[in-house]
Amino acid sequence: MAFLEINQVDKIFKDAKRGTQVQALQDISVTIEENEFVCLLGGSGCGKSTLLNLIAGFEKPTIGEIMMNGKKIEKMGADRGMVFQQPTLMPWLTVQKNIAFHLKLKRASRQKKKEEAQKYIDMVGLTGFEKHYPHELSGGMSQRVGIARALLQNPSLILMDEPFAALDPFTKLEMQEELARIWQKNKRTIIFVTHSVEEALMLGTKVIVLSKRPGRINKIINLEMDRPRDSTSPIFNRYKREILTLIEKNEEPLLEEDSMHQVI
Amino acid sequence: MKLAKQTKSLLLKVVVPVTFILLWELLSRANLISSALLPAPSSIIAAMIDWIFGTTGLVESNSGQWLVDAGNSALRVLIGYSIATVTAIVMGILIGWWKPIEQLVEPTIQMLRPIPPVAWIPLAIIWFGIADKPAIFLVFLAAFFPILVNTIHGVKSVDKNLVRAGGMMGANQWHTLRYVILPAALPNIMAGMRIGIGAAWMLTVTAEMVAVNSGLGYVLWDSYYFLRYDLVIASMISIGLLGFLTDFAIKKAMHALLPWQRGASIESI
Repeated sequence: MAFLEINQVDKIFKDAKRGTQVQALQDISVTIEENEFVCLLGGSGCGKSTLLNLIAGFEKPTIGEIMMNGKKIEKMGADRGMVFQQPTLMPWLTVQKNIAFHLKLKRASRQKKKEEAQKYIDMVGLTGFEKHYPHELSGGMSQRVGIARALLQNPSLILMDEPFAALDPFTKLEMQEELARIWQKNKRTIIFVTHSVEEALMLGTKVIVLSKRPGRINKIINLEMDRPRDSTSPIFNRYKREILTLIEKNEEPLLEEDSMHQVI
Repeated sequence: MKLAKQTKSLLLKVVVPVTFILLWELLSRANLISSALLPAPSSIIAAMIDWIFGTTGLVESNSGQWLVDAGNSALRVLIGYSIATVTAIVMGILIGWWKPIEQLVEPTIQMLRPIPPVAWIPLAIIWFGIADKPAIFLVFLAAFFPILVNTIHGVKSVDKNLVRAGGMMGANQWHTLRYVILPAALPNIMAGMRIGIGAAWMLTVTAEMVAVNSGLGYVLWDSYYFLRYDLVIASMISIGLLGFLTDFAIKKAMHALLPWQRGASIESI
């Protein structure tokens, strides 16, 4: 039994007002092992965020099921941590209290909340900003809080929905390196949604390339590269070319080729 | 330097009222304003002083009774407003959060809301007689709707992802309402509370003029019958002052409860 199993998932959105329906995901089947860093890669509208929302339990699949540790995912829960594209911090809580929110819900002691929060504040490099409110932080710092908050609840799976998409290129690079470093130190499973080929190659152990409308799995690529990764190395560029070619071909999808790619 | 700036700002604030009062006093003394229509500021102040301290007996039976009158009015505001605040916040959160509850009670509320609270006065007197109760009931009505409507709006405009973020950190339904929805809606709730307190004072005074035999509104109306316009204006000033002070207190409470908004908006509070 794999850690996370996605079994033949379809997601159809019905628009009752317009009387139409959109198929966001079609026949998604994939298994993910523990401690993998999986990047879901695809253009906008390919259903990558939808798939992540299904794993988070925000929505349910129309067909198929998603199992984590053999248990069907049906609703939100603290066994999965979520990092959103917008940091989505509680604006009325300080950095420290945002990070300790999970412990507050578990009625932990003040001392424990403070100590645990401090550990993760230090880990993401926000020491000295404990008492700041979210609106006083920059985009990158807010996202660090979002990551620290997810790490604190020690989930077996962390879901990240384009967390660095809204950051400037410098901050983005810094955050990617930091995330890779944190993941190497505290191994756990991460599913990371991105539309950037480079980002997927910088971070992942596995890249799942999704094709568009309806979202299907185009190809699953296992990355065998050393860390820290060098975006100018030949192997990096070989992977990049492979993925870009896949995406290009996807413009006119050939059924046979697709089904062949789905065999991992 | 800073002191000079503060003095200047203070001067700027008082220049209009001081000029106005001086002019009024001068025109009264020159008999250009009839004291039967509008008493001079000095006689209003004299009436006010006797009403508060009971030193000269100028305002006869009201002499020295200010604290009792103001206290009566303030107590009615406090009780009616507190009941309104608690019920409106609880109902507002339930209506904003659960669709079925909204469908159940929203139409009724929207029907009752346009009825001015003063229109309830006859029923209030029939139901509660002439005493504190009708006034408290009217204060409740006046403060309830603005707080309710603002709470509902506050709850409905909470970022969906904030609720999701809470859920992914292990929040159950109660946690979500208590630790996500309520604080997120608090700025709107407090805005409703500030509108509500103004309405509460308005209705206390109105109720006291019609349905109660004590309080600032009662003194105001009673003095009108006895042609004591100095006391009428002194009552008006008292009501304005207490209204201002309660609003100020709520504004202060707002700043204390919403420290995270400091520096986040244009009005850097």
